[in-house]
Amino acid sequence: MSSAPTQALLRVDHVSVRFGGLTAVDNVSFVVNEGELLGLIGPNGAGKTTMLRAITGVVTASEGNVYLHSEPLVHLSIDQRVRRGLSLSQQLVKPLRTMTLVENVALAAGFAKTASPLRSLLHVDRGVEMAVGMEMLARVGIAERAHQLPGTQPLGVLKRLELARALALKPKLFLLDEPLAGLNSKEARAFANTIADIHQGGMTVVLIEHNLGEVMRLCQRLVVLDNGKKIGDGEPRAVMNDPVVQAAYLGGDTLGKAQSEAQSQEAAHA
Amino acid sequence: MDYEISLITTIGITVMFALSLNLITGFCGQISLGHAAFLGLGAYTSAMLCQAGMPFWLTLPLAMLVAGLLGVLVGLASLRVRADFLAITTMGVGFIFIGVVRQQEWMGGEMGVTGFPGSGLGKTGFMALCLALAALTAGLSLYIQRAWMGQVFKGIAEDEDTMRVLGIDVPRYKLAAFAIGTALAGAAGGLYAQNLKFIGPDSFGFVESVTVLSMVVVGGIGSVFWVVVAAAVLSALPGWFQFIGDYKLLVYGGLLFTMMRFSPHGLAGIAARFTKARTAPMPGASR
Repeated sequence: MSSAPTQALLRVDHVSVRFGGLTAVDNVSFVVNEGELLGLIGPNGAGKTTMLRAITGVVTASEGNVYLHSEPLVHLSIDQRVRRGLSLSQQLVKPLRTMTLVENVALAAGFAKTASPLRSLLHVDRGVEMAVGMEMLARVGIAERAHQLPGTQPLGVLKRLELARALALKPKLFLLDEPLAGLNSKEARAFANTIADIHQGGMTVVLIEHNLGEVMRLCQRLVVLDNGKKIGDGEPRAVMNDPVVQAAYLGGDTLGKAQSEAQSQEAAHA
Repeated sequence: MDYEISLITTIGITVMFALSLNLITGFCGQISLGHAAFLGLGAYTSAMLCQAGMPFWLTLPLAMLVAGLLGVLVGLASLRVRADFLAITTMGVGFIFIGVVRQQEWMGGEMGVTGFPGSGLGKTGFMALCLALAALTAGLSLYIQRAWMGQVFKGIAEDEDTMRVLGIDVPRYKLAAFAIGTALAGAAGGLYAQNLKFIGPDSFGFVESVTVLSMVVVGGIGSVFWVVVAAAVLSALPGWFQFIGDYKLLVYGGLLFTMMRFSPHGLAGIAARFTKARTAPMPGASR
């Protein structure tokens, strides 16, 4: 078992995920450094969400391992990984519809009291957790709806609820799966600003997102997947200017165009 | 007066039994179609230990222990299966219980167990014990509902996957629900055996499992107060109306169907709609 570099919070080490004959993630390695906002991008079907699910334990890696600090996670269940500091905000928002917004967040905030059935049986008071719930809802800008049920809320509010609930777990690493999907441009911009605020508060974030404008604005580094393989890793502009990444993202024509442009530039220099 | 005492005793035991299922199915969302097996296990444990000379009051905790241990085993099966598969699994457990008891001569076989020593409390004293234990079970249910455990159960009943992402060890909580619910059913079984002074395999069959499930559904899955009301009324009805006793499965099956069709949240749902206690309609509630 090799140890991760000291500044790496998360290390994905040669992870492959196979579903029968299909390889969804193929021997991918990357690190997420402490305090970083990393964008995990790629075209549809690239394996981003599967990669995220392998990190959180929703799917099991067929090969390789994932380390949080230096601790291997691959044999841990989802809840054990969450309790070690991973927090996932899912693409499809899944609020508990029988609880109010603040109760949803308070349930996450009470993670110390719900660590075991016995502990949860011995604790009744929810005052502190409800206060944390209100604080988190205020942080994501939906405190005024705290006592309403999720069933009556628009998607933008539910996405913020998902964010507040994930934050209430006080994670070391925050994993966001397409948080801007389904939002209009104004909502997406406001939501992206909230993510930036959370990051500036010291949170390490991995962001999966298709909205490249916001990705380029927010992220300090990008990891690009295509067909399950890693094809790029580095500073956002450099990565996006890479012809291989452009081709993967925008189609084969662009690669042809990129190559022909490169050739014509070389010819002009010659 | 004897009739009233007998009726109130039966109501107390039935309320306790229904609340024990409400913990598993109502609070934690784990359907069980074989809950009568745990009532039976408690009844047989208590009756046979009484027959062996143990005082009745000492047999109750042992009845709880035996039923609770089997409950954890069934709970282990629930970790692998969901919803409709769990219903079939628990139904199978119920049939296995009956099948095993029928074959065991030392458990009385087809003839059942009878002639075991009484509780020594007298009819009124025993009625008071049953009511006290039913009240304790209701109190425990209300406490669990208010405690963090109740919140976690509520979340698991709605969406297990989301609860995992919130750091909840879902299997352990399900096992806890099965352990508590089946242990309470075991205690109710001990009282049941003492009340009737006779137990046989047919007392704990599929009909009894459906009957107790219909009490929970009619009351309103998860609601302590309305499950108590439904269990009390439905356990008293066969005594008041002969035809209900004769056509038990038909009546309770019909009640289950009617409730699921017109008010999936049972009497509790109907009451909530009348009092407009909630600002928004309950998910899935028919309007």
